[in-house]
Parts: sequence; C-alpha cells; structure tokens
Amino acid sequence: MVSLLLIFIMSLFFSGFIIRTKSILSGRKGPGLFQPMLDIFRLWKKGSVISQTTSFIFQIAPSAYFASVIMAILMIPHGNNPGLISFDGDFIMFAYVLAFGKFLMIISALDTGSSFEGMGASREALFSMLVEPAFFILLGSFALFTGQSSFHQIFSTLHYGSQISYLLGGLASFVLVMIAMIENSRMPLDDPKTHLELTMVHEVMILDNSGFDLGLIMYTTNLKFAMYGAIISNFFIGMFPYEISIPMFFIIQIGFAIAVGIIESFMARFRMGHNPQFVFILTSVSLLIFFGVLLVLGKFV
Amino acid sequence: MEKIIIEVFNLIAILALGLIPFLKTRERGYLTLGVISLQVIIISILAFSLFANGPVEYSYAGSFITGFIPVRIDYLSAWFILVISFTFLTGVWYGVQYMKKYMDQSDNLALHAGAFIVLYTSLIDICMIQNSLVFLVVWEIMALASFILIIFEHYKSATLKAGINFLIQSHVCILFLTVAFMWVKVKTGSFDFNAITQFTSAQPIMVGLALFLFFFSGFAIKAGFVPFHTWLPQAHPAAPAHISGIMSGVIIKIGIYGLLRILMLIKTDMVTIGFFILFISLITGLYGVMLAIVQHNLKKLLAYHSIENIGIIGIGIGLGCLGLGYNNHLLVISGFGGALLHVLNHSLFKSLLFYSSGNVYQARHTMSIELLGGLIKKMPHTGYLFLIGSLAICGLPPFNGFISEFFLYNGLFHGLVSSNFMFILFLLFAILGLVMIGGLALICFTKAFGIVFLGTQRAELHEDADIEKPQRILPMYGIGLFIMIIGLFPFLFTPSLLKVITLYLPGLDTLAQSQFGDMLGQLTKVGWYSLGFLALIMVIYLLKGQITKKRVVSLYETWGCAFSGGTPKMQYSASSFIRSYRKLAEPILSIKKVKQEAVGLYPHDIMQETHAHDKIETWLIDKPIFAIRKLLNSFVFLQNGNIQAYILYGFVFVGLALLLPSVIEKLMVLINFLNQL
Repeated sequence: MVSLLLIFIMSLFFSGFIIRTKSILSGRKGPGLFQPMLDIFRLWKKGSVISQTTSFIFQIAPSAYFASVIMAILMIPHGNNPGLISFDGDFIMFAYVLAFGKFLMIISALDTGSSFEGMGASREALFSMLVEPAFFILLGSFALFTGQSSFHQIFSTLHYGSQISYLLGGLASFVLVMIAMIENSRMPLDDPKTHLELTMVHEVMILDNSGFDLGLIMYTTNLKFAMYGAIISNFFIGMFPYEISIPMFFIIQIGFAIAVGIIESFMARFRMGHNPQFVFILTSVSLLIFFGVLLVLGKFV
Repeated sequence: MEKIIIEVFNLIAILALGLIPFLKTRERGYLTLGVISLQVIIISILAFSLFANGPVEYSYAGSFITGFIPVRIDYLSAWFILVISFTFLTGVWYGVQYMKKYMDQSDNLALHAGAFIVLYTSLIDICMIQNSLVFLVVWEIMALASFILIIFEHYKSATLKAGINFLIQSHVCILFLTVAFMWVKVKTGSFDFNAITQFTSAQPIMVGLALFLFFFSGFAIKAGFVPFHTWLPQAHPAAPAHISGIMSGVIIKIGIYGLLRILMLIKTDMVTIGFFILFISLITGLYGVMLAIVQHNLKKLLAYHSIENIGIIGIGIGLGCLGLGYNNHLLVISGFGGALLHVLNHSLFKSLLFYSSGNVYQARHTMSIELLGGLIKKMPHTGYLFLIGSLAICGLPPFNGFISEFFLYNGLFHGLVSSNFMFILFLLFAILGLVMIGGLALICFTKAFGIVFLGTQRAELHEDADIEKPQRILPMYGIGLFIMIIGLFPFLFTPSLLKVITLYLPGLDTLAQSQFGDMLGQLTKVGWYSLGFLALIMVIYLLKGQITKKRVVSLYETWGCAFSGGTPKMQYSASSFIRSYRKLAEPILSIKKVKQEAVGLYPHDIMQETHAHDKIETWLIDKPIFAIRKLLNSFVFLQNGNIQAYILYGFVFVGLALLLPSVIEKLMVLINFLNQL
C-alpha cells in the first residue's frame, strides 16, 4: 500500500524532473515540475478522433495497458512493507502482466491499418522480447542470492555483505535503468521528441490515439518510470524504517529522473539497426550479475 | 465394470464402422457426431470415476503370439484420456460443420468419418494397453487412420506429398519403438510393460540409457521434437482444419504420453536423461518459434508453434526427471505438473487456433497471411476467439498458458537453490530459453492476429459470408470458456494433477505433500489475481466510458501524416512487421530472397519474396535422400521396361537362391579339405 501511494505521488513529477534537467543542461529555464502532468490533464478533458479502420481492440487497448501497469505496481513492495499483491513467484506475473499490456498496445497499433504504426509496433515487440531475458536473469540472480522468490522476500532479505555484492547492487541498478529506458522507449533507443515517424518506436505506435486515451498512455509512461524507480530504490532501502526509507525513496527516484535527463541530454539516439546489440548488452550484464552471485555464494567452480 | 465399459467403448466404434457404408452422406456426418459424443461420455465417466476411486487393472488371456494382455488405467492414462476426449468432442462438432463444404465428395467423406472414429478409439486404447505387441499394432492403426485423415484433399499434390511424408516418418517412429520393445521382449521373454522395469533395473545404467534413447527417438518423432519435427509443418497445413487441430492438440501429445509412460517404467540414470531432454526441448522450443515467426502461411505458422509448445512441455519433463535424479520433490512436482498441465492447455488453445484458421480459410480461400486483413469486422467471433487463443499461447495472464508456464518458472527458480554448478547453469539456460520463447511467441502472434484480423484486407479475395454459424462457433466458445476457467480457477484441476504426479513419487511423504500444498495455494492466488486483473481492465474501461461520455468523438481516416491517398497495400505487412527480427535471425535460419529492383528510367514491376527454409530438414532429410537417390540412380539401367529382362532377374534371383547354399557347402568342403592338408 505504501509503495502504491509513493509511486503515484512520484509519477506526477517524474517527467517534470526529466524535462527540467534537460532544460537546465541546455541552458533554458524550462517549465515547472508539474507541467507534464498539466498537459495530461488537458488531454483528459479533450474529445477524440478515432480512425474508421479500427475495431474494439483500439478502444480497450489503452485501458488494458494502464491496468497492466497498475497491476504490476501493486506487486512492488516498499522495503519491509509488501505490495498489495505478494506471493511466491510474483515477479514472474509482474513481467507477464506487463507483456499483456504490451501485446494489446501492439495489436492496437496494427488495428489502424496505418503504414507507420506497424513499424513502431514491430520494434516494440522486438525490443521487449530482447529485454525480457535481462529482467528475468536479474531477478533470478537475486532469487539465488537471497534464496527467496518473491519481490518482498527478496528485497527484505537483501544484505550487502561483501564488496562484490555492492557491485552487484550497482550493476542491477544500471540494468534496471536501462530496462526502464527501453520499456518507455527513451533516448539511447528512441527519441520521443523526434518528428520523423520512421525513427520512432513508441510514439509512432500511438499516432492515432487522441484525447483521453492519449493522456492515459502518456500517464502510464510516467507510472512505468516511477515503477522501475521504485524497484531500484528497493535494492537499497531494504531494512530501514519509514522515516529513512521514504526520503531515500524520493532521493533515488529523483536521482533516477535526473540520470534519465542527463542521458537524454548528452547521448544521441542509436541507429535503429544497432539497437538489438545494445539490448543484448543488458542480458550479458545480467549474466555477469548472475555469475557474480554464484561467486559470492561460493558455488562457482 | 471398467472392463465392460471399455469393451462397449470399442464395440460402439466397430458397429459404427459397419454402419457407415449403408448411410447417406449427411447421415454419416451425424453418425460420427453421435458416436464420438457417446464414446466421449462413456470414457469420461470412466476417467472421472478413476480419479475418484483409484487405478484399475485387468487383463485378457490373449493368444500364444501376444501372450497375456494387461490393461492398466492409472491417473496418467486418465489425464490423457480426458485431454484427448475433449479435443475430439470439439473436433467432431466443428468438423461436421467444416466438412459441409465438401458434401459432394461422398465416398471420400465416408472414409474420413470411418478413419475419424478409428483414430479416436485407437488413441484412447493406446493410453490403456500395456502389452507391447498389441500396443504397436494399435499404434500402427492410429498412424494409418491419421494418414487417411490428413490426405482428405488427396487430389492436391501438396497434400498427398505431405501425407506420404507423414506416413513414412510415422513408420520410422514405429521402427524405433519396435526395436526397443523387442529388445526388452528378447531379454525378458515378456511383452508386459512391467518387463521394462525388470529389465532395466537388472542391467547396467548404460543399457537403460540406450534403451531409453530408442524409445525417445520413436516417441520424439510422433511428438515433433527437433530434429524429428520435419513431418509436422507439412502435415498440419495439408489436413482439414479440424484434423489439424486434433493432430496438433492430441496426436502429437500421444508421443508425450509414451515418453511419460516410459519414464515411469524405466530405471536408469534420471539425471542424464533429464539433462538430455532439457537440452533437446530448449532447442525444440526456440527453433520452433523462430521458424514460426517467418512463416507466411497461417496454418504452417501454427504448426511450427506446436513444435515450440512441445519444447515447453519437454522442458517440464526434463525438469521433472532432474528432480527424480536429484531427489528434489519440488522440482518433480513443478516439472511434471507444468508439463502435464501444458499438455492440456496446448490441446485447448491450439485446437481453438486451428479451428479459427479453418473459418478464415473457408471464408477467404487462402491461408496466406499477407493477403488477409480486417477480418475481425467480417467475422467477429472468429477474430476474438483467435485473440483468446493467441494470448493464451503467448502464456499471458489471465489465460491458461500462463498457469502452466508459471508452474515451470516456479520449478526453475526454486531449483536455482542448489549447489551443483552444472545444474544451476542448465536451469539458467532453461529460464533464458523459456523467456525467449515467450517473447518470440509474442512477436509471432501479434503478427498473426494483427495482420490477419486487423487493418483492412490486403488483396481481392473470394468472400464466403455464411461461415460464422452458431453450430460452428459454439464448440469454439466451449474451448474458449475452458481456457478461461483454467486461467482463472486453476485449483479445479490441481488435485487431479497431484494424483498424476504422485505416480512418479511412489513414497511421497507428508512433507513433500505440504510443499505441493504451497504450490497449489500459489496457483490459486495467481488465478484470483488474474481475475482481479481482468476486473481492473473492465473497471478502467467503464470508467473511461463514463468520463468521456459527453466528449466529442469523431470518426476519421487513419492518420497518414497528412497523406490521404492511402490504399490497403500501404499498410504494414506481415513481412515488414518481422523484418527487423528476420535481419537478426538470418544467420540461424536460411531465408531465400528473390528480388527484382527498379532499374533504368522506365522500370518494370518490382517484387521481393522471402521464403524461409527449415535448415534441419534440408540437412537431415533432403540432402541424405538426394545422396541416396543419386547412388541408386546409377542402377537405373536395371529398370529398362523390358519384360524379358525382368523375367531374367527373377530367374537369376531364384537360381542364386537355390545355388548359393550348395556352392557354399562345396566351398566349406574344399576349405576343410585344405585344412586337413
């Protein structure tokens, strides 16, 4: 329950922090922290234009996408406080529920029969397929490390004993930041601010969504960012009481948002053809974490 | 009691076969419908009572050739009997409607109906008979019946070719099984399946492994494990839709049944077997789905997906064997449990997908994904049912595929807590493999569903409007409902599953049972949370409806970046959807490209075609056969069409056959004589 609340609060400001960082780094003053959320509120008030080609799938997909992220957030604990949904193997359901939302978004892009949107859908399908192994191996490593198999148990029993394990925590944060960037189609893979449909991933998928649905999709992106931030923060706030863990949660989240802003300011988008290689790197880093865990546990021969 | 039920079950089939020639075409269809439904009811009562009352065993005296014929029906048999029966029930109800389009082929339909009844009866009998000779005979009957069913459209050369391919490979399968069974028979003198246990427990481990390898090769051909899968992608598209559904749903599963049965009987090094099956299954799963994505024929795509799902089932079986070898109960439970549940789940969603593809085929007369599109508006029932099947086959909650995959993941993640490095490494690759399979399936089915049912139609096609009749849609909704029930209420099925798994753990103590209780509880939770997820989607959708009720919603054409002259041909196509994937996978798959680019000032039509070939088929089947043919072609002069020459060959043969013994005798005399010197 705590984590749900915190994630909702953070999701309101997350893009604000990213945009503010980017504008400061490029020497502008930039909009207020709440501006992206105000834009979304404006969208929620608008009517919409729907393509004649589409079917019911196009109508329900944004809601299902939003629901899938909410469902996933319900599973995330806050330190010692478990998420509303917590059971053995919940992180498997976490990944598959997110995949359900993605499946519907992909087919809703194909539903429009557009010559652009399939392109984004195809890339989204490919990248999410490639990024999935990294997430599973990462969680598998920590399941092995702690001997537990649910989000809450893993994070509440996580102790950093040796230097290698600190390294593992750092690498895990790196992998999760990158997974969040890929899942939200942000900078090194995709530039949401580009105006050429041929080079976009997520943005081109939702070309035909408008009004409330578009607002819902954009808010879901914020929620997703805050959700991954919450997972990252869980790597560090395991055993602290609330008065320390809640400020730490926000510090880590804001740090994450600023990191995203910095990455987006100083990195150029990769060529589309190079993206799969980059995504594969994540899998190999998580393999590295896995073998690191084996090393720490003394199971490596 | 059980004996009488089973005898009645078989008798009904025989009577129906005798009746078929005397009926009119339409009546034959209804007869098959009635007979199969009746048989399903009878045998399901038997199977359900079995789960309540425990295994049954009785025997026939048999003849002096077969010896004593034991019939044993345990929980494993009952599980498979129920899976087979449900698929046949929906198959026959759907099939009768499907076959209405072929009413003019009266004789052909009679043969088809007969073979259908024979196939069902033989499949059920295979699950019960435990005498290897009778088992092989019934297996052969099953293979022949499915051959007849596949070649229904035998006037098409591709169908006949696929059918003969199936027939030959089925017999290679029977050859392997015969060798294995005869080996046991020669050594123990008994055709009883229990002789396998006696034989392998008395022999060194290597003998058991060699025997297992023969059994595995035989059953793997039937089940479609890579590299024995090559018959599958050819036979499925050739057969009528209900037969494809049944073939993919249950005929290949009979190979899995055989494998599970042998694993129960054989006593050898389970760790080696476990690693072996896990390795083969991972390759099977990945290879199947990787090839499925690049297929342009909807049924062929589904056929390759059957291979993938056999891989997932195999991963479960491999895990279970490793659990047996390392004496890890949790692994046994999640491995075999996941595999058995996936057998059921796959039979459901795959038959549903095949039936839907049958509707598409009869409505548009093509299976080429590239030509289709926008069908969800013309055939909404088929479209949404196909969507349910697609989501289920990708293993997404709240559908049944997720339950069995969750079972497997659970075993894999729990197995990680081990001290054996090799074992951990294998599990890691299994997790990686399973995740990749899931992700690739997502690409594959977003493509299949998105291109076939969404957007607008991509070519001028024949249009039949009367496809979605209630009689045809109803059995499909039955399957869809079943899929949802397993996905949301898995606890309805787990008690029976537990009974099947305990066959592998004869002395299961209370501790292990409590562990299973934990897993049961977990699955129940997953089911409830899935239901919650479904409710959440509905709530959000309805809320959105309430909020936007007063907003202006206008219809307009799809945004084309200010370009409004779009034609259906400008839509994203199936090949373009998978282009980036194809580029990545090109080194592993062999994809033939034919391309004509625009050249010169006044270019001609441009075109590009891609054809995916199965590399394993090329290397394992095509090339050796080509080599053998080349060798045999050197002797083609013998076949000169001259009848005198043929008579001469006969004489030469008879002469040699008669002369040779006496020549050898003379030689022996000579050698003896020389020795004495």
